[in-house]
Amino acid sequence: MAFVSSGYNPEKPMENRITDIGPRHFEEFYPPAVKANKGKWLYHEILEPGVLVHVSETGDELYTVRTGGCRLMSVSHIREICEIADKHCGGYVRFTTRNNIEFMVDSKDKVKPLVDDLMSRKQDGGCYKFPVGGTGAGITNIIHTQGWIHCHTPATDASGPVKATMDVLFDDFRDMRLPAHLRVSLACCLNMCGAVHCSDIAILGYHRKPPMLDHEYLDKMCEIPLAIAACPTAAIKPSKIKLDNGTEVKSVAVNEERCMFCGNCYTMCPSMPLADDVGDGIVIMAGGKVSNRITAPKFSKVVVAFIPNEPPRWPKVTDTIKQIVEAYAKGANKYERLGEWAERIGWERFFEACELDFTHHLIDDFRDPAYYTWRQTSNFKF
Amino acid sequence: MAKHETPLLSQLETGPWPSFVSDIKREAESRAKNEKGIDYQIPVDACEDLLGVLELSYKHGRTHWKHGGIVGVFGYGGGVIGRYCDQPEQFPGVAHFHTMRVSQPAGKFYTTEYLKGLCDLWEFRGSGITNMHGSTGDIIFIGTTTPQLEEVFYELTHTFNQDLGGSGSNLRTPSDCVGQARCEFACYDTQAICHELTNYYQDELHRPAFPYKFKFKFDGCPNCCVASIARSDLSFIGTWRDEIRIDAEAVKAYVGGELKPNGGAHAGRDWGAFDIQKEVVDLCPTKCMRYADGKLEINNKECTRCMHCINVMPRALRIGNDRGVTILAGAKAPILDGAQMGTLIVPFMKAEAPYDDIKEKVIEPIWDWWMEEGKNRERLGELMKRQGLQRMIEVLGVDPDPRMVQEPRSNPYIFWKEDEVEGGWKRDINEFRKYHKR
Repeated sequence: MAFVSSGYNPEKPMENRITDIGPRHFEEFYPPAVKANKGKWLYHEILEPGVLVHVSETGDELYTVRTGGCRLMSVSHIREICEIADKHCGGYVRFTTRNNIEFMVDSKDKVKPLVDDLMSRKQDGGCYKFPVGGTGAGITNIIHTQGWIHCHTPATDASGPVKATMDVLFDDFRDMRLPAHLRVSLACCLNMCGAVHCSDIAILGYHRKPPMLDHEYLDKMCEIPLAIAACPTAAIKPSKIKLDNGTEVKSVAVNEERCMFCGNCYTMCPSMPLADDVGDGIVIMAGGKVSNRITAPKFSKVVVAFIPNEPPRWPKVTDTIKQIVEAYAKGANKYERLGEWAERIGWERFFEACELDFTHHLIDDFRDPAYYTWRQTSNFKF
Repeated sequence: MAKHETPLLSQLETGPWPSFVSDIKREAESRAKNEKGIDYQIPVDACEDLLGVLELSYKHGRTHWKHGGIVGVFGYGGGVIGRYCDQPEQFPGVAHFHTMRVSQPAGKFYTTEYLKGLCDLWEFRGSGITNMHGSTGDIIFIGTTTPQLEEVFYELTHTFNQDLGGSGSNLRTPSDCVGQARCEFACYDTQAICHELTNYYQDELHRPAFPYKFKFKFDGCPNCCVASIARSDLSFIGTWRDEIRIDAEAVKAYVGGELKPNGGAHAGRDWGAFDIQKEVVDLCPTKCMRYADGKLEINNKECTRCMHCINVMPRALRIGNDRGVTILAGAKAPILDGAQMGTLIVPFMKAEAPYDDIKEKVIEPIWDWWMEEGKNRERLGELMKRQGLQRMIEVLGVDPDPRMVQEPRSNPYIFWKEDEVEGGWKRDINEFRKYHKR
């Protein structure tokens, strides 16, 4: 492997440097039917799971075939996407806000060959490369994060649990039998990169042990006041520590009774790691949404306080999610999102319907707003 | 022959959903074979070592990436997420494994020519692994070494006319829904404003100057397909302020069963024949609709534009013609103070190029305030909680509006400004005592 220069000269780093040019202009990438009909669309239909048609006031039609994508993907896979787009779609393709892939064609007769081609492509292990689906009242792709593939603060993996969950929910990716669309998301720690706080069902990596303190290095590695300010429950204070060799160093002390394992101090200070094989696991949340349809956007609520990490397939997590999906599918009215259903029947009924335990962990105790989540009424169901 | 045994990860190659493990293995094989004779600029076995370190994490139940990492390109303060493996001897291929964020085109439409070019670059100078896309919107190149960062950046800017995205305490990469490009609900051109503001604020995006991160997202309508209300500090949601357009004939076609409700979104189950009273009129949150004698009426003055009726009958009901955006501020994830959704600050504003009102009357006054008053690592939403929505209203120079609250306050701890109160606050106790003995 010999170094090959791009033309960049490290001796003169600012020479020929181009900056602040931003992204490419979107119009360079519009398929002709999009360019011609932008802003003129009249209506759409979902012809079958994964296949949409949009009809323009000019009479033009645009057919979209949506396929699952695993977000984390190789250049070989992207090249295969390109090969398909070249073969069927005139060299155009797009990605959705949930990391699905959309292939667009301008006439109905091009749809079936495209769908057949997509569904025929499999990896050696047998999985689909491009399963068609993700439309309407079903379950689409899982918004997720980095996990153990690239991040330093996770309490669980992302790609693995997502694959395990989508395998279990796969029929609902390919179907539209639910009362409304159901959004699943995952974040591997409570920084909640992505959509965990606002999804119908959310998978959240969680720690259960306070940080370990690397006293010898802490003051060398960390801006101590930032670590102190990072704590939502003020469990961290400055302290002086005598090391085994007798030297006194500046460090911090953690009041373990006040620590709820959020990991934010570790984000700020490398000397406070907290990951743990048996302590870490998964919290399940439910009932969030972002659309304003009928009811206002909602936060998801914690409904399972802890499920252990069980790589590689996280069976208890996927079983629990399946249980919630089936209870919702059975109980909710048409158009009702999971959170709307839970609020209508009451959370006490939600736990019963989903056969989930209610434990003390689920009762809010974070500052003043916690009070408003308790029940100040005699209206409840036995 | 794989370099590392991966018995746990290999179990994720079965099942119907696309397997990231199979895909990474395929890339590892492609690099090992190197049929194109590429002079790989980072270790050829980077993908094998990535699987190796991930397998170790599956075994240990813990991440094997060291804390943090500060790398980048000259001229910018962000765009690259440094990362180093904590077992570099065992997995030298990922000893350095930095992520580069590449600014995506609005709407995420691509030509294959462009994507193939990026693939060639990343195969040559990186691991060949990507995220399509990061949650904020960027194209993510996962895994390269420090010496390659400037080389990749040089190629991106010189060959691809393409910049990096944002990271750090700055304006992050804005993103948008598909908008008018392929949606009849879009109330403004989400791509046009996303592109314009991304370019207009390049300096704020590439060189961190803020107390903390700041995000823009653009949703064409209140369905919020890019989730701006939950995932951006400033959320732009398309809306209209005149009447929903009703096509009476199409309404009849829905009632008659010729058209499928919700574009056929519920076709996987038998929900019975479409019942306009039950599925639309009765579910309207403001009950401002009436269906009688085969005619649908909407009292638009009472409509809150939730989109439900339009979503159910897209061929019969259309958004109004007097369109603009509603702007909400302060959404964030839980750390530190708790999660927030966007709070309504501007009920309606026109969104037309060059968007001067949005820049000068909304974005820049908010930045001026937050950049001065925001504490270290305090998101806009937290500053709003600390200093109050009233302060935001002052900053925007607008009058308080009942649309900005869900309900009025119930506690009576009301602040008054001294000049609002007759006689001011400077009083003499001796004057008081003349009338009130001790």
